[in-house]
Amino acid sequence: MTTMTETKPKQLAVNNNSSAGSRVFDTLNVVALVGLALITVLPLLYVLAASFSSEPEIASRPFFLWPEKIVTEAYEYIFATPTFIRSLLTTVVVTAVGMVVQVMLTFTMAYPLAKRYLPGRTLVLNLVIFTMVFSGGMIPTYLVVRDLGLLDSYWALILPLAINPFYLIIVKSFFQELPQALEEAARIDGCNEMGVFFKIVLPLSKPIIATFSLFYAVAIWNDYMSPLLYITDSNKWTLQILVRQLIATDPAAALSQMDRTWVPPEQGVKFAIIVIATLPILFFYPFLQKHFAKGVLIGGVKE
Amino acid sequence: MATDLATPPKAAPKAKKPKRADKVPLGTAVLRYRWLYLMLLPGVAYFVIFKYLPMYGVTIAFQDYLPFLGYSGSPWVGLKHFEQLFSGPDFARLLANTLILAALHILFVFTAPVIVALMLNELRVNILKRSIQSLIYIPHFLSWTIVAALTYVLFAADFGVIAAWMRDLLGDTTKVDYMAQEQWFREIVILQQLWKMTGWGTIIYLAALAGVDPNLYEAARMDGAGRFRQMWHVTLPAIRPTVVVMAILASGNLLDSGFEQIWLMTTSLNREVAEVFDTYVYYAGVQNGNFSYSTAVGLFKGVAGVILIFGSNWLAKRMGQRGLF
Repeated sequence: MTTMTETKPKQLAVNNNSSAGSRVFDTLNVVALVGLALITVLPLLYVLAASFSSEPEIASRPFFLWPEKIVTEAYEYIFATPTFIRSLLTTVVVTAVGMVVQVMLTFTMAYPLAKRYLPGRTLVLNLVIFTMVFSGGMIPTYLVVRDLGLLDSYWALILPLAINPFYLIIVKSFFQELPQALEEAARIDGCNEMGVFFKIVLPLSKPIIATFSLFYAVAIWNDYMSPLLYITDSNKWTLQILVRQLIATDPAAALSQMDRTWVPPEQGVKFAIIVIATLPILFFYPFLQKHFAKGVLIGGVKE
Repeated sequence: MATDLATPPKAAPKAKKPKRADKVPLGTAVLRYRWLYLMLLPGVAYFVIFKYLPMYGVTIAFQDYLPFLGYSGSPWVGLKHFEQLFSGPDFARLLANTLILAALHILFVFTAPVIVALMLNELRVNILKRSIQSLIYIPHFLSWTIVAALTYVLFAADFGVIAAWMRDLLGDTTKVDYMAQEQWFREIVILQQLWKMTGWGTIIYLAALAGVDPNLYEAARMDGAGRFRQMWHVTLPAIRPTVVVMAILASGNLLDSGFEQIWLMTTSLNREVAEVFDTYVYYAGVQNGNFSYSTAVGLFKGVAGVILIFGSNWLAKRMGQRGLF
């Protein structure tokens, strides 16, 4: 008895997670992770601050999170150029239309694939999965887009990416988990599959529709490869192409400003365009974040 | 907990697949499920047009494809383009550049999320854990164009913050253009990948970690295991299957250097080390119009990728893991 009462508290003290060694571990861990978070965020905050500061300040101050004097000339310059306005509008419209098309195609295809009794379903699923392993590659895809007459068309930015097979399989898994009783009730009330889909299934899927709308929108907004491949007309540039041109070349040339007397705030313009192209993503980020972890996890579930 | 113990996993035999609704002739099935097939149609059309037509299109790798002759009219040349690729002066350089980037990727970018997930998992203050997670996920949603632009403004020789810090650190007064220099290309590309991908990569491991039975830690503690030994003997085995699956998936992309990132970071000055299969395909095909040769390069890469993914899946199974297929 005596040995028991003596050793028990001692053992707890040694092995408890609040021992000295454990505390050192926790402290180092917190410091490292906070450092990691700072490395992630500080460059973005610096770009934001620099976009609102004057050219001499950008050149002379190494790193700052608040400009000495808030200056908006970079934004004024960018928003005064037709090239920027055009590419911003293009990107917004292509993103919005593309998102709707992609979500519609993905969800209508996922629904029949969720029906275990549908003959041919496994074949289609396997063909979809195969495209995740092997693809024809850049040039054959380019030739298909060209042969369809889509070069220099905004549809080339939407249709070749219309269905993301990963998203398709996640949505399919989601549909499989919907309660079957609701669908059956609707069918007894005289709905055909189309009616069930639009009246019962889609209203139940609002959160997941929102999630994948955002995912698709982010993908089109961020896409650089498609416009690079398929768009040669500089009047049809998207924002990502413009960002590239502004960073890699002389801003005045990229924006083809007619008024040559207005000297662009060269560095400021680079910071400002980064902010503008990032802002919508960061604006929607909280909504994205709410759902994505779940989405990723369903995606990991095997058939 | 009690129910878990009451029904040990072995006791639940795998139920036989419920029999399909009695086999019906194809015509009847099509008629009965016409709405479902109708809904399937646009999606199937998408996969046929934009995925399987290009797969058929790889036949031009064995032709001298001329746009006005088309797929059927262009002359067949067998393996000419592959021979040209393998014997050409570019192949060794492309392969080396691609493999070095892949090796660095596995060494740093693949392992970083595992380590960060383990660290996050040890974080007991929930608010802190969630805030840090929210912040490190952000770069995943930014485009490569933005990442390249950020790199540019941070590393720019004349006004870049990091360029200035490096000057102070090295006591060097010359302005180094990191973006243009061959010797910094790989470091910068891997840093970009770490910054953009690490946070997001932790999600899947954190999910696996959330499923670990807390009793296992309790038991380990009782046996006298400290924090590191708990991590080694409980946490790591718990995420091993996830790591294996992620490794199989990554192995299929071994030769994928990521077109957008590399293309955006390539300049005329660093091309020697920057050019990889992905960017070479674009350069030779779209820019120089060598469609057949470029398709051959892409096909080589694609087939090698498929072999790698099935190979590592086989290897994972040999090593007693579950694998993908």
